[in-house]
Amino acid sequence: MNQKLYSKLIFELSRPGRRGHTLPQYKAETTSPFVLPAKYARSSRPALPEVDEPSVVRHYTNSSTNNFGVDTGFYPLGSCTMKYNPKINEAAVALSGIGSLHPAAPASTVQGALEIYSRLQSLLSEIGGMAEFSLNPFAGAHGELTGLMVVRTYHASRGEGEIRRKVLVPDSAHGTNPASAAIAGYNVVECRSLPDGTVNVDDLRSKLGPDVAAVMMTNPNTVGMFEKNIPEIAEAVHACGALMYYDGANLNALLGVARPGDMGFDVMHINLHKTFSTPHGGGGPGAGPVGVRAGLEKFLPMPRVVRDSDGSLRVLDDDTMSPAERTELDPLGRVSAWLGNYAVFVKALAYILTMGKDIEQVGPLACLNANYVLHSLSDLYELPIPGPCKHEMVFDGLRDKSTECTTMNVAKRLLDMGFHAPTIYFPLLFHESLMIEPTETESIETLDAFIKAMRDIAREAAEEPDLLKTAPLATPVRHPDENEAALHPKVTYQSL
Amino acid sequence: MNPYLPHTPEDIASMLGRCGAASLDELFSDVPAQLRLGKGGYALGAPMAEAEVNRYFRSLGKKNLETACFAGAGFYSHYCPAAVEAITSRSEFYTAYTPYQPEISQGTLQYIFEYQSMIASLTGMDVANASMYDGATATAEAMMMAVAASKKRRRVLVSATLLPAVSQVLATYAEGQDIILETVSDHNGATDRKALSEQLGAGDVAAVIVATPNRFGILEDFEGLAEEVHAAKALLIINTHASTLGVLRSQGEWGADIACGEAQSLGIPLNYGGPGLGYLACRQSLMRKMPGRIVGATTDDDGQRVFVLTLQAREQHIRRHKATSNICSNQGLMTLHAAVYLSLLGPEGLREVNETSASIAHDLVARLTAGGKLREKFAGREWLNECVLEIVDEGLTPRRILDACLERGILAGKIIGEKEIMVCATETCTPEDVKQYVEAVEAL
Repeated sequence: MNQKLYSKLIFELSRPGRRGHTLPQYKAETTSPFVLPAKYARSSRPALPEVDEPSVVRHYTNSSTNNFGVDTGFYPLGSCTMKYNPKINEAAVALSGIGSLHPAAPASTVQGALEIYSRLQSLLSEIGGMAEFSLNPFAGAHGELTGLMVVRTYHASRGEGEIRRKVLVPDSAHGTNPASAAIAGYNVVECRSLPDGTVNVDDLRSKLGPDVAAVMMTNPNTVGMFEKNIPEIAEAVHACGALMYYDGANLNALLGVARPGDMGFDVMHINLHKTFSTPHGGGGPGAGPVGVRAGLEKFLPMPRVVRDSDGSLRVLDDDTMSPAERTELDPLGRVSAWLGNYAVFVKALAYILTMGKDIEQVGPLACLNANYVLHSLSDLYELPIPGPCKHEMVFDGLRDKSTECTTMNVAKRLLDMGFHAPTIYFPLLFHESLMIEPTETESIETLDAFIKAMRDIAREAAEEPDLLKTAPLATPVRHPDENEAALHPKVTYQSL
Repeated sequence: MNPYLPHTPEDIASMLGRCGAASLDELFSDVPAQLRLGKGGYALGAPMAEAEVNRYFRSLGKKNLETACFAGAGFYSHYCPAAVEAITSRSEFYTAYTPYQPEISQGTLQYIFEYQSMIASLTGMDVANASMYDGATATAEAMMMAVAASKKRRRVLVSATLLPAVSQVLATYAEGQDIILETVSDHNGATDRKALSEQLGAGDVAAVIVATPNRFGILEDFEGLAEEVHAAKALLIINTHASTLGVLRSQGEWGADIACGEAQSLGIPLNYGGPGLGYLACRQSLMRKMPGRIVGATTDDDGQRVFVLTLQAREQHIRRHKATSNICSNQGLMTLHAAVYLSLLGPEGLREVNETSASIAHDLVARLTAGGKLREKFAGREWLNECVLEIVDEGLTPRRILDACLERGILAGKIIGEKEIMVCATETCTPEDVKQYVEAVEAL
């Protein structure tokens, strides 16, 4: 990546009269050109830039050189599973007949698209150990919310919707878990972790009762440990009539190892942009399919893709349901206008087909990479929970606390050395959390280079702590004033 | 060897050695045996070579019919300039994650800032966030934001003229929030203002949600609406699909407090309905109630103007169950798409997109209705590029129109009733497409 900041905004390239695109002319046969009645017309032109095409392209190309992606270098961002994004995935979306379809097109004209939805749905069911998936949710957090709505609809169908008002969430959970539970209308009750990072089963048991709707768990959890008491937990949760929710954020660790459905989970979501290699896109679009065990299928959201007896596929929606389907189904409602992020499904399906049975090596190799890093750094970095870890590990900062060098310093120094920083200050269980997830697509050479950088930083902390505290030193931007940004927010060009 | 897995057997052996493990299996000694995947593994096929994957998707593509597109209903077939794809396919952009480390993420932060500025200007609002999933969930977030801002009020009035899918998403979200949604009926395809006034008069209303162009493509007249809503101490939310803001009176100009909607119409490929791009903008006073990521400008140690994620105290990773929303992601790559599209088109190009689309649609509708088989369902209403046609001819059904047009490679629109079809045109519809459409209907 470029070490010099390209700092212009597109608005600063604007000159009146320039433009970067032309349109075909249309000569109407019967009507005169359309004129919008003044009542409905905007009073002034929007303040959009006026720029020629070469300048637009050069602007964004220059801007891209100040960005760091998986294709730029190692991206060990814990809990985000920044694995390689295969190029065939992107190419598949661009193929003729794949991307140009309108979502309102009749089913007979989009059988290929519906096949993509249907096949991915069934592959995810196989991998998750679930009966059926809805691919409609747009992201991990959206999947959590949708999954909790499945829970809500299930309890309502049994007349317990008003009674079961609580969702239990471990204190190590991602922030989206409690937030999704709150948006779904639940009261959030936090469960404590044991010193080894796993859920304290006694504490969880004490909180179970007839008012609990679900327990949300991530497994492996956010400290990278497998929740080995899961059969016991699932049994207790089911005994009290609640459901087990699986947050699929860390599913990568279990590919080829174990299936959430076999662990007793009833509802789960998968982040296609983590485990199934679709790009993160600078924050999105992702996809957060939701799977359910047998018996809960009827609660999945509308619309759906169903296969008719003649083998053809059809979109089932409120206005196309047969009376029989209306009686049989009890959908939670709708969480998306159409059938979710279809282009992301194409990419995930391309990945699963490319991997085939090899996908069973993903979990073991992701865990091997993580344990290799763990064993190469635990003499210099504080390891609060001993290994073996699963796909990621959490250090509690440098082992030598006397230098007063923080996790933030380590993270920023890594940027100088050409690596993305790990996830920092999460989970909240430790003061100096430094969470590293290497993923299976990294080679031993890359890991060795990262390990060397981390060890060099530990040495710098001992020898030149004052220098380390000023990191980063070589990035195009140094220490943005985040307090100023929040105190006096300037969030548009117009407000600069 | 698998192309995405770089480990040779020697690598694995030496790495296991450092871990003090005898086998990969040993790394999973903490997974109870009864939970382990059975010996046969997943029921998956052998790995496919890239050429085979390519062939498979090409064969699926052949099972789809590419058509000239006269369907809208929230997703619009506007042309996407080649330069947009050239930028969004740069992997520095698409393989990055949320810009948590501003020192190495200025590319992402900068285009989100530009996108926010463009949306704020199009909507006539002070601030926009870094995007939502789609137009329907953006409207749901707007609803929750308004209810949170009102503190105790629980009623939200929703016009019957919102797209049905949007209303359904609102209902699904409202359930968890104890929000009481009430539908405001329509009169000849537009919000019934008299009914709205009465419902507003009953009190306890947190927000009123309306749309223009609405579910029937009709342009609604919101004159005096904001004054009335504000007098009742409620907030006004207007849903509009983004492209039309190039010519239509903006939400800010109507006096709305929150603007939201789908921005797929900014040249984002149809992709069978996703990913699209939800947008959300509001007045300054509501900024700290906004969900999602927001990018702001600041300076760094060297005095350079730089961009960072800001106002994060609203968000789930800090506030957990007290956050303004559970949303974590933004639609990063889609906002890049919108920003590059709007940069290329500029204000004139976006105006032309709307005027050309409207001219084609009005020409088509004039020719289709001239034959006497069809008529405009909502006579006297103004519309831009989308319109509901009603079948007058007794023997004719929308399905027959759809089928006849499909034979000529044309998607005629979206069937929305037993005798109704909604048609829409964009600048991608050619004179020949229009001619074929008209002839197909004439031949019925």
